Formats: sequence, C-alpha cells, structure tokens
Amino acid sequence: MLPGRVRVKIGLIACSGEALPGGTVTRLAVRRVLEALRPDDTVTLCLPLFLAGSERERSFAHKFPTITIDGCEKRCAARATAKCSAPPAASLIVPDLLAERGLPPPRELRALDEAGMRATDETAAAVAAEVDRLLAEPRA
Amino acid sequence: MSDDRAERVAAGRPVIVLPCSGVGKAFGSISREATWLVVEQLRPAVTKTMCLALLTLGDEDAVREVRESRVITVDGCPTACARVNVEQSGGSPAAVRVFDVFRGHREAGEIGVTDIGAAGRRLARVLAEEIARKVDEIRAEEG
Repeated sequence: MLPGRVRVKIGLIACSGEALPGGTVTRLAVRRVLEALRPDDTVTLCLPLFLAGSERERSFAHKFPTITIDGCEKRCAARATAKCSAPPAASLIVPDLLAERGLPPPRELRALDEAGMRATDETAAAVAAEVDRLLAEPRA
Repeated sequence: MSDDRAERVAAGRPVIVLPCSGVGKAFGSISREATWLVVEQLRPAVTKTMCLALLTLGDEDAVREVRESRVITVDGCPTACARVNVEQSGGSPAAVRVFDVFRGHREAGEIGVTDIGAAGRRLARVLAEEIARKVDEIRAEEG
C-alpha cells in the first residue's frame, strides 16, 4: 500500500437468522472470513444495530463497501442495509449459492449437519471471493 | 385479565424468545444457544423464536406478531438490540441480559464467538433455565 493511502475494508453483514439453518450458515461464514480467510480486509456489524445503534452504525454501508449474506429469499440483510444505511455493494443468498453448486440445504439450526458445514465452507469462500473482487475495483 | 392478554390466551400463542444477533460477541452466541435450548428442549410446546432481522427490516407480519405476542428478548451487550428492535416494532418485551447471568458465574472460563466451548455451553444452560422461568411466569400471569 502506498504511504498516505487509507486501507479500504469491506463490510460484511449477515442476516444471522435465528430461526432458520441458513441464518446460522451466514453467521458462521462471516465469522470464518473475519477470523481466517480475510481478517485484514473485513469488518462486520450486527444487523439489528441499524435500529438500536446510532448514526455511526447507520453510516456503515456508506463508509465500507458492504457485502450482505442472507439465509433465505426474504433477504433481510440486503434490504435492511439498503433501507437503513446504503445499498450493499454485493449480496449473497445462501439457498441460491447452494442451488448453483448443486448442494443440499442445511437442516440443523444449532449443530450444523454435514450439509450445513459444506454450506458454510462454500458461503465463506464466495464471500472471500467477493471481498477480493471489491478490493480490486478502482476507487475514486 | 386485560383484553389483549385474553386474546393471546384464546389464540394459544407461544411466547417468542428472541436473542440478539451478536455476530461479533461471545455473549451474542450464548444468547442464541440459550434461546435454542429453550425452544427445542426446555419449553418446546409453548415457545418459539423468530429472526430478529425481520424486525430490523420492518417486515409487517413479524412486527404484527411481536405486537400481539408476549416476547422475551435475550441480549448479549448493553446496546440491547433485541429489546430495542422489539420496542421500536411496538412490542413490550421482558428483557434478559446475558451479562446479568454471567455476573453470577464468573468461573465459567474462556468463551469464543464461533465456538462458545464447554464454558459457553454451561453458561447458555444457566441462561436458558432463567429464560424458561420467565416463560413460566408469563404463562402463569396469563392464567
């Protein structure tokens, strides 16, 4: 990085859906990207902070190019981020991602089954690829 | 019994247990684990959970549900996202904080975010039992 240049970080927002296995996958995939795959390039925010937090939290998607990760077709993370902060730079939906790869949906909420672990692996890899793509984009 | 409570009892509505999303905090993970223990093991017939993100989005069905049901929120940090999201949706939750339970069990040990470990699971069990007691209180109040 050139001296004086601010390092761009990518924001990750998982729906975290407490009531569906796909929500657990989004949460674990985001943790894996933050902790292992792209720890120096990513930050996160709890989605409900858009309502419970301050203007600082609501400016999150303005400040960071943001990837939302949703566990179902309701797309709460993508829609709430756009509504409360700014449109996400990229959006991933776990069921779509699994369908593209011909993988079965996860069925367990708490302790992920084999399908859930595979879904987490694939989702984390897809998020990391989106992080790389966004970081490679030229910025104004 | 007030009219709204009578309606809830007549409808047989389950108590909604709603944890925070806490994606960056170990106590968020514990709130989630404790909620699942309640709805799957301790009080499965009379409780349910829902996605907190639906309230952040303002989903009409979810907002109506928290207004018409008894809700217990379980928060992992002082910002209390679950409680605030329910209140901003027009609900009046009973609030449980992970920290209050943790204060009485400081011996719990190291707890991670992704894997809360044995210490986290012990704490989640204690928290789940506290939530289950609250469920029983609410149901007793509603007769």
